[in-house]
Amino acid sequence: MRLSKLFIVVSICLIGSGWAMTPAIAAGEKEAYKVGAVFSVTGRASFLGDPEKKTVEMVAEEINKAGGINGHPLEVIVYDDEGDATKCNLAVKKLITKDKVCAVMGPSVSGNSIAVIPVVEENEVPLVSCAASYKIVTNEETGKPFKWVFKTPQSDSLAVDSIYTHMKKKGISKIAILSDTTGYGASGREELVRMAKDFGLEIVADETYGPKDTDMMAQLTKIKGKAPQAVVNWSIGPTQVTILRNFKDLAMTGIIFYQSHGFGSRENIKLAAGAAEGVFCPLGACNIAELLPDTHPQKAVAMQYMNSYAAKYKEPLSSFGGHGWDALYLVVDALKAVGCDKAAIRDHIEKRKGFVGQHGVFNFSPDDHNGLGNDAFSMVVVKDGDWALAD
Amino acid sequence: MLRYRKYPVLIVSLIIAFFPWVAAHVPAIDHYPDIMIFAGIYAIITIGLSLLMGYTGQISLGHAAFYGIGAYASAIFTSRYGWNPWLSMLLGTVLTSLIAIVVGGPALKLKGHYLAMATLAFGIIVFIIFNEEAGFTGGPDGMTGIPGLSIFGFKLNAERYYYLVWGIALLVFLFTTNIIQSSAGRALRAIHSSEAAAMAMGVNVPGCKIVVFAYSAGLASLAGSLYAHYMNFLNPSTFDIFFGIKLLIMISLGGIHYIWGAVIGAVIVTFLSYEWLHYFEELEILVYGLILLMITVFLPQGLAGIPEMIKNRFKAAP
Amino acid sequence: MEQISLSGQLLQYLITGITIGSLYAMVAIGFNIIYDVTEIINFAQGEFVALGGLTMASLNVTLGIPLVFAFCGTVVFVTLIGLLMDRLAIRPIRQPSVVTLIIATIAVSFILRGAAMYFWGKDPYDLPPFSGRTPINILGGVIQPQYLWVIAFLVIVVVLLSFFFDRTIAGKAMRACADNTDAASLVGINVNRMVLMSFALSAAIGAVAGIIITPISLMEYDRGAMLAVKGFSAVILGGLGSFPGAILGGLILGLIESFGAGLISSGYKDAFALLVLLGVLFFKPSGILGNVEISKIKRF
Repeated sequence: MRLSKLFIVVSICLIGSGWAMTPAIAAGEKEAYKVGAVFSVTGRASFLGDPEKKTVEMVAEEINKAGGINGHPLEVIVYDDEGDATKCNLAVKKLITKDKVCAVMGPSVSGNSIAVIPVVEENEVPLVSCAASYKIVTNEETGKPFKWVFKTPQSDSLAVDSIYTHMKKKGISKIAILSDTTGYGASGREELVRMAKDFGLEIVADETYGPKDTDMMAQLTKIKGKAPQAVVNWSIGPTQVTILRNFKDLAMTGIIFYQSHGFGSRENIKLAAGAAEGVFCPLGACNIAELLPDTHPQKAVAMQYMNSYAAKYKEPLSSFGGHGWDALYLVVDALKAVGCDKAAIRDHIEKRKGFVGQHGVFNFSPDDHNGLGNDAFSMVVVKDGDWALAD
Repeated sequence: MLRYRKYPVLIVSLIIAFFPWVAAHVPAIDHYPDIMIFAGIYAIITIGLSLLMGYTGQISLGHAAFYGIGAYASAIFTSRYGWNPWLSMLLGTVLTSLIAIVVGGPALKLKGHYLAMATLAFGIIVFIIFNEEAGFTGGPDGMTGIPGLSIFGFKLNAERYYYLVWGIALLVFLFTTNIIQSSAGRALRAIHSSEAAAMAMGVNVPGCKIVVFAYSAGLASLAGSLYAHYMNFLNPSTFDIFFGIKLLIMISLGGIHYIWGAVIGAVIVTFLSYEWLHYFEELEILVYGLILLMITVFLPQGLAGIPEMIKNRFKAAP
Repeated sequence: MEQISLSGQLLQYLITGITIGSLYAMVAIGFNIIYDVTEIINFAQGEFVALGGLTMASLNVTLGIPLVFAFCGTVVFVTLIGLLMDRLAIRPIRQPSVVTLIIATIAVSFILRGAAMYFWGKDPYDLPPFSGRTPINILGGVIQPQYLWVIAFLVIVVVLLSFFFDRTIAGKAMRACADNTDAASLVGINVNRMVLMSFALSAAIGAVAGIIITPISLMEYDRGAMLAVKGFSAVILGGLGSFPGAILGGLILGLIESFGAGLISSGYKDAFALLVLLGVLFFKPSGILGNVEISKIKRF
């Protein structure tokens, strides 16, 4: 029993110390600008929320070090929705009604972003989503964007467009698609299937797997039997690495392997242990900053972000932190111009052209609340264990 | 806790009724009524589940699925076919109860861990269907455009929704306590202590179990409909097996042998996971585990068992 | 590219199914050992597997400790976690009802998952396979050497456990507890110690499973929940308390998933496995090899 008492004491101390953690209030002369964020920092979509949270915290620190926004310190309040729609809904409401933020960033996941659209529309607060689905910025009834909602990530259709264009260049006509059963995989799959016809591609196999599956040999074997010319895989987390290893084991030579932009971390190339060689994937500028020519408009911001992230967190950049960077700087850009006035922030973002971000140059308009074009992705290939621009 | 106590119920009802007014005047908790709406929705499920588990002794890890079926039924009937939300809610509840009867027939013949696994398997299969049948459910990204509720043309905003949810929870609570106090309740408790003995006393054991199972499934479905119309959005991950386990945690934290324990458990777990543990950031799940473990170790009867425990302590003292 | 024949495909599904099935079987055996002595389904069993893989990654890859020593170190570490779990979470419960005990194991699984996230972060970890990554070709199918190791370790675990339960005093005492706790206690067996030992054994087997699967599928902090569900399904399918049942259950599950994904629909492969499970329970409520008599003695 003594051991268990010690255990209890330790637990209580731990809980106590948690309560004692209060957010440090930046001491500035002017009132702080509050910006809210809801990211999936833990849970099933932590691959999105974790780098996003790290990024916005880093950026906020940099901005405050440089004197804030027109002298106003920036306070970013981050809530973790754990990938749960209910929790996300409550967090966004809390940011709006209790924390009284100027704007909300996130949520990380498409489903949760769609879930909170009614909340921000009703409360008239600008939301800059960090999730990809086109449904976030398209009201399906009117075909127009929602008034208060923007998003920074490229729509999946842009990634698919980039992959399919590359396939056509290589003379490919028969493909197989693979995706995981999460929201990420499912929305990618939807676009892959929808757009294949436009490119004259025939999908000979359409297989899925669970995000925690140990092995994808069965799906790949089935695909091997159908003999496609290329395989596209749309997943995230360990499965996108496992599937490459399985692909190599099955000696599916002659089939070209495409990954989604979710593959965009050098860590994945390392984990694949040689099996990623020759894999194509479309990536935004921030993942391949050093490969970009000096004349590239995003070169400077991408290099700066990549270096400071690596210096602060000592881990390679993933594809997703950049969405947080874009969202926060977009809001900061608006705050700088119009201050903490929600309607003015919304109008400012909607009119913003030529905003140079991590994932492209954004040109917003009343009909386009994403503001990215086909040039947001570059096709890269894994060569000698690193990215190289594909031709 | 078998006697029907009017005053505690009345007092708790008054507290719940005035809570939004109080919260509005205390800045630190002015967003709590929002959270209480979800707590109320969960309480409707846990009251039924508590009847099933605490009184009949049948374990179920699959109620997240019934909750989901109710929610998707409401969502699909209203947004795809344009039916009246209240009618959809009723139909969803009937439909879910029927599914529960079909599933419960063979499943409730199983015992203990086998029943737990069978209900878990049912829950996972339903979850996979929600995910895969994107044509109906919108797939993993979820479905939108679910209308809100209105009564006689009055649109129910968050404030009114609070009273709707907790009003229903109160009715469900009163109805369920009435069942327990009736002769049917005695039959259920007999099943819990010994099925063979209950059978010998002439209780229709399989029939009773199925009826309670269907009743609790129907309540879960009702809660699901309320959730769907409040959120105006649904996605499958809300109804995964972890939610089924969360329900189990709610009733066992509250006290599995007390109906009002189910309500307390629902409220406490909702606030823990949606509000209080937020301060621990990445350590949240660890702290949640610790709290859960400490309550299990020190209050094996759950929070609702505290008064009993204190009474026993005083009796034991010389 | 060379074409793959139908027989080659079927062989591939078989190999994959047996490998995944062996993993499930190992988790199922862990469930069984604790169930036998305590009647608890230990929902933290999957966390033992995750901890095994992650600890091994730290010892072997990060610290560079040679394979064999890192293997032993990992097993010892996870076994200690198993012992602590019994001492800190299970034994202190004063009025153990089965539901309370299940909640306690769920609480422990949260704690272990949270701690693993704190120490290892959220990214997946890799381990070098025991004997290289060059696949072996047999009759048109392909097999990684590590797959053979998974199967081999299942055999080793089974052989060692049968020796333990049949030939050693401690093993026999544990079996006595499994048959009837009260009677075992009457003949002088220290039941508390047996419970402790069952947690240690299960944790050790979980650790082994984690170590051998990580080179195939990587490992991250929250993999445990899925493995626990699969292991639980396997143990119920085979029949609670039956060792051959656990192995059979695991293998059947793995094969259904693999053939289901290959021949019918990969999206519904997990659903097929569970439908078969429900079907079996419908006809045989105590699993394929479950003993009806024993299940009557057990409270749960």
